[in-house]
Amino acid sequence: MKRILLWVMSTLTVLVLLFGYRTSLGGADLLASPVAPIVGAASTSGSADTATGSTTTGESGSRTVTGTAAQTRYGPVQVELTVSGSGSATTIDDVAVVQYPHSDGRDAEINGYALPILVQETLDSQSAQIDMVSGATYTSVGYQTSLQAALDQARA
Amino acid sequence: MSAATYVVPASGPGPVVEPGVVRRVEQVMGMPISLALRGRHADTSTGAEAWESVLASLRWSDDVFSTWRAESLISRLGRGELAVTDCPPEVAEVLALGEAARRATGGAFDVRRVVDGRAVLDPSGIVKGWAVDRASAALRDLDDTDFCLSAGGDLVCSAVPDRPTWRIGVEDPRDPTRVLAVVPVRTGAVATSGAAHRVEHVRHAVTGLAPTGVASVTVVHSSLTIADLDATCAYLEGAGAAGWLRERGRTGVVVAPDGAAEVVSGRSG
Repeated sequence: MKRILLWVMSTLTVLVLLFGYRTSLGGADLLASPVAPIVGAASTSGSADTATGSTTTGESGSRTVTGTAAQTRYGPVQVELTVSGSGSATTIDDVAVVQYPHSDGRDAEINGYALPILVQETLDSQSAQIDMVSGATYTSVGYQTSLQAALDQARA
Repeated sequence: MSAATYVVPASGPGPVVEPGVVRRVEQVMGMPISLALRGRHADTSTGAEAWESVLASLRWSDDVFSTWRAESLISRLGRGELAVTDCPPEVAEVLALGEAARRATGGAFDVRRVVDGRAVLDPSGIVKGWAVDRASAALRDLDDTDFCLSAGGDLVCSAVPDRPTWRIGVEDPRDPTRVLAVVPVRTGAVATSGAAHRVEHVRHAVTGLAPTGVASVTVVHSSLTIADLDATCAYLEGAGAAGWLRERGRTGVVVAPDGAAEVVSGRSG
């Protein structure tokens, strides 16, 4: 089981969370993209390496895998995956950013430029924890079958 | 306020209802306008008034800039019945944005086109993002309240520091019920250009052709005006979309016709 979970952690390497930021925050020498890859453990040694993340198992067989908090110049950034299945049949059901910097106004601005997180397995409307959808211009007809329409109906 | 009713796909339980988020939707400018509010004025009369202000602002923009209405200012301007100086200053502002986009794309984006031998003035490619940015001012005035306002898939949002960021899904251009990427946004805008819902509605101003080699382009920026414009301009570049965004230091996602998504790492807003 441990080995399988570590394999899952290795899939985290494909998820890269990047932060773009305004040029006004620094000089030209600071413009190199501050890439903060969220990299899980690819090791199968089984040695306990708590720094690479943690895994919990839920009731339905799906598991939550929390990646290492990547240090960026604005603070820690961390992603959490919900996965199910095992081995090569492992699928990622959801991706959530569980930690990102938001302690002051600058961080708030930075978050406005957070790069999209590519979702490895596309999510359907049931599992996607999203607030709004950006897509090519909806006509009234296209809207009816869109995920945005479903979200609009999910009134609190 | 009349709440529009839409058909929701019957399959599945639907998305999780997020507590504290109040949603509204209305048709303006021929497209659905969706609002999500949370915080102090999510469900107060002040919040409802702000929503009405948003709709009024969008209707004003539609009245002025609609190319579908023969008597709109932009239609009369296009026919030469009016001069720019006869119009509200917003018209000059939009035309200036269009000129900047024309230069940035080497003419691929142009508010002036020739259709059937007739000169047409059509700033629709600019007006949507610009109008929504402008309309969102009423929401920014709401104290301790977060908003996410979307006009047909182009959106602007704001969240106070102690609440979660808004999570914006980037639609799969091949399947509007799925998302390919998620963008966490606290304060900023996300716009997407593509052919998913309106078949090939974006065309090269000179060649008249729809772009090939790209399915959709999504841009994240502090300004929806710029996000919307640059998503359209990059989309017009076809297979060169990602390169065009990179040159301009933009942040976004480019989706290829086969569904492969590429994140473009911007370095400036």
